[in-house]
Amino acid sequence: MKLTEEQVRYVADLANLRLTEDETRRMANDLGAILTHIETLNELDTANVDPMAQVLYDAEETATLREDVERPGLGSEVALANAPLAGPGYFKVPRVIER
Amino acid sequence: MSLADLAALTVPEIRTGLKAGRFSAVELAQTALLHGETENPKTNAFLQFSPERAIAAARRVDEKIAGGVDPGPLAGVPIAVKDVILTKGVRTTCGSKLLANYVPPYDATAVERLETAGGVIIGKTNCDEFAMGSSNENSAFGPVHNPRALDRVPGGSSGGSAAAVAQGTAVVSLGSDTGGSIRQPASFCGVVGVTPTYGRVSRYGLTAFASSLDHIGPFGRTVRDAATLLGVIAGRDPLDSTSAVAPVPDYTAHLDGNVRGMKIGLPREYFAELSSESGDLIARGVEKLKRLGCDVSDISLPTTKYAISCYYIICTAEASSNLARFDGARYTMRSTSAETLSDMYRRTRGEGFGAECKRRIMLGTYVLSAGYYDAYYLKAQRVRTLIARDYANAFGEVDAIVAPVSPFPAFRLGEKIDDPMAMYLSDIYTITGDLAGIPCMSVPCGNTAEGLPVGMQILANHFNETGMFRLADAFERAGGFQG
Repeated sequence: MKLTEEQVRYVADLANLRLTEDETRRMANDLGAILTHIETLNELDTANVDPMAQVLYDAEETATLREDVERPGLGSEVALANAPLAGPGYFKVPRVIER
Repeated sequence: MSLADLAALTVPEIRTGLKAGRFSAVELAQTALLHGETENPKTNAFLQFSPERAIAAARRVDEKIAGGVDPGPLAGVPIAVKDVILTKGVRTTCGSKLLANYVPPYDATAVERLETAGGVIIGKTNCDEFAMGSSNENSAFGPVHNPRALDRVPGGSSGGSAAAVAQGTAVVSLGSDTGGSIRQPASFCGVVGVTPTYGRVSRYGLTAFASSLDHIGPFGRTVRDAATLLGVIAGRDPLDSTSAVAPVPDYTAHLDGNVRGMKIGLPREYFAELSSESGDLIARGVEKLKRLGCDVSDISLPTTKYAISCYYIICTAEASSNLARFDGARYTMRSTSAETLSDMYRRTRGEGFGAECKRRIMLGTYVLSAGYYDAYYLKAQRVRTLIARDYANAFGEVDAIVAPVSPFPAFRLGEKIDDPMAMYLSDIYTITGDLAGIPCMSVPCGNTAEGLPVGMQILANHFNETGMFRLADAFERAGGFQG
């Protein structure tokens, strides 16, 4: 399986990832090799097999629900402490709406 | 206490030593911190030490002992924590440049439980960026050097946690495993590493890589130490809805060395591509188990050869979603050259993530993109069912499965870094356990002629950690760790 650089740029766009020209070339190569290996899955007939999204165990239907009890949150000051740029009670990002 | 004394200590010995007043928890913590600082220029196992937190926790233990209060099952035990697990107030980087300055506002549930049990967290360990890698070479802060052979990798992604225990700084440590990231470094460094049943330990506060596969688990120098640590961190947590609603047995209660009549399966498919030295050591380990009275037979796990493909679709798909949160708005780093919002996302992620993370985000985005979902992601989920079914069938016949951990012992730094496919293939024997969600572990089974440790893997059915530990402990008692 071969991936074109144009396809790589399209996927990088979906992933919100900026790649350099070098990275794009290398990515086409690496992903191509991995996708070729992955093609072996087509040897398996899985038409009548259910997909497994999660490891599940037997438990009552509501077993994973917790009591609806109030507990203190972090508070906005602590929650914003790691923001690269913050205002009072919010994360600051570059302007998205023009006045 | 001398540094050499510390490096040989076990959890029960610490308990006895503290009770008898031979040393204090504070003295132990200070020795461990000094040991770590001394070794770190050689191995780079730690990204950060946490002396303030360690001394405060140790002081609480000493006060409890002085007051005649039970200080807990891990009282005074120096513990290292992988840097993908959040520690309140102690920098947590996930091995990524993107989080170089991130200080979490809360503790992971596992961390909280460790400290409640008297554990002393001495620092955060190096790892592959966001736990993605098999050699620890994907850390933004330099690779870890294997303490047993400094020119070799420690394995990954929990390389620092394995090395911290192997070099004697930490008595036990926490790692995380998504496709073998605990067992493989344990085997490379010659220590015990445990991946519990999926959901056995809360993932709250573990930075998400592939949520349906991620586990937190322990490293130790003995089976009993690792089992003790697991007993402390296991159990239902309302903050993780995937944590299992099942009681936690005392994992140390049945470590009596008696495994007579235990049925053990050797999966044919796991012994095909093994380097001869690793194969010989595991064969010798199996002979030991037979002498202990285990009933050993060949079994088949026919879907094994498709596991790598299945795993690298599912884990990258989940990773591409999980890592979307690193957007330049919330987690410390933002590209300085960004002028628009979309530019901020793209540039921050382009500058912040390393090569392997980018590769996995790209592969995951590709397999989930319009037109490919059925062919890749859904197909992989169906194959995952077949892999889980292989194990369910096997555990109808046997109590435990014994297999290699890695096709080869620790390789040289730089040896595989330019060939991602070769690196992925080295996970062949560990990923199936994660896909099925069963408990599995690595125990040392001797060294190659060059002195490189080899690990033997033990796998058991869901929630049968007790049987797995019993077999591993019997193997250790029989001298199996020495080969």
